[in-house]
Amino acid sequence: MTVDWNAFTPWTALAGGALIGVAAVMFVLLNGRIAGISGVLGGLLPPARGDVAWRVAFLLGLFAAPWLWGAVAAWPPVTIDAGTAATVAAGLLVGFGTRLGSGCTSGHGVCGLSRLSPRSLVATLTFMAAGFAAVWVIRHLLAG
Amino acid sequence: MPLLLSAFAAGLVFGLGLILSGMTDPAKVLAFLDLAGRWDPSLALVMGGAIAVGLVGFTVARQRTVSLLGSAMKLPSARHIDRRLVAGGLLFGAGWGVAGFCPGPALVAMAMGHPKALLFVAAMLVGMGLFELVDRRRKA
Repeated sequence: MTVDWNAFTPWTALAGGALIGVAAVMFVLLNGRIAGISGVLGGLLPPARGDVAWRVAFLLGLFAAPWLWGAVAAWPPVTIDAGTAATVAAGLLVGFGTRLGSGCTSGHGVCGLSRLSPRSLVATLTFMAAGFAAVWVIRHLLAG
Repeated sequence: MPLLLSAFAAGLVFGLGLILSGMTDPAKVLAFLDLAGRWDPSLALVMGGAIAVGLVGFTVARQRTVSLLGSAMKLPSARHIDRRLVAGGLLFGAGWGVAGFCPGPALVAMAMGHPKALLFVAAMLVGMGLFELVDRRRKA
């Protein structure tokens, strides 16, 4: 294993992670809800009466974040190397998989592990392993 | 209304955290997932930072029956580890490894106006819709 120390950004990673934790704690203490993005979004498909507004409010906050950030500092780069077909395939997999598995990086990874949920630990280890495996296959097995 | 404001604020702070942490850059996410390449360990610290804060907050939350704003606590009750959980994790992880996007960062990158993030989110919504259809047929 070769660590790319030039790309390593420990302080912004820790601070950004802490902010994500603060948001998840705010949401559970104030609203009594789990800040799992796939769950918040997927619960709108289809929308159920009386269960829409809080989801939309959370998503609007998420959408507002880059605009607030942009008022103060330049946006960091967003480099998407995947082609069109790969992007569509990845989106389909992420959408279907997160609903089948009842959560994603935020719901299982952040909130679930913070709750010490064995179920979320299994989910997190599974999607991390699949992510490592997918990148290995694409970058090292197929690309040679 | 306070519940909608707090939901908006939580989403906003969550999004700022995603941007600051580097999660919104698929190239950085893939550099973390690429153990056999030039590995960028940063995202492990994102997870660590979030869980360090979350452990404290969720310990407090678990002891409450209503939220600070008076709404019901909707904490997950499912505890079983089954095939759906693992299969879902495998599919999600594979998609994450292909594009470098998980749901939150994809939504934030879409809001920044990146066309490919919009394409990813559109496909993700189709995937979620497909699951609803399959799941409803299975339950019927």
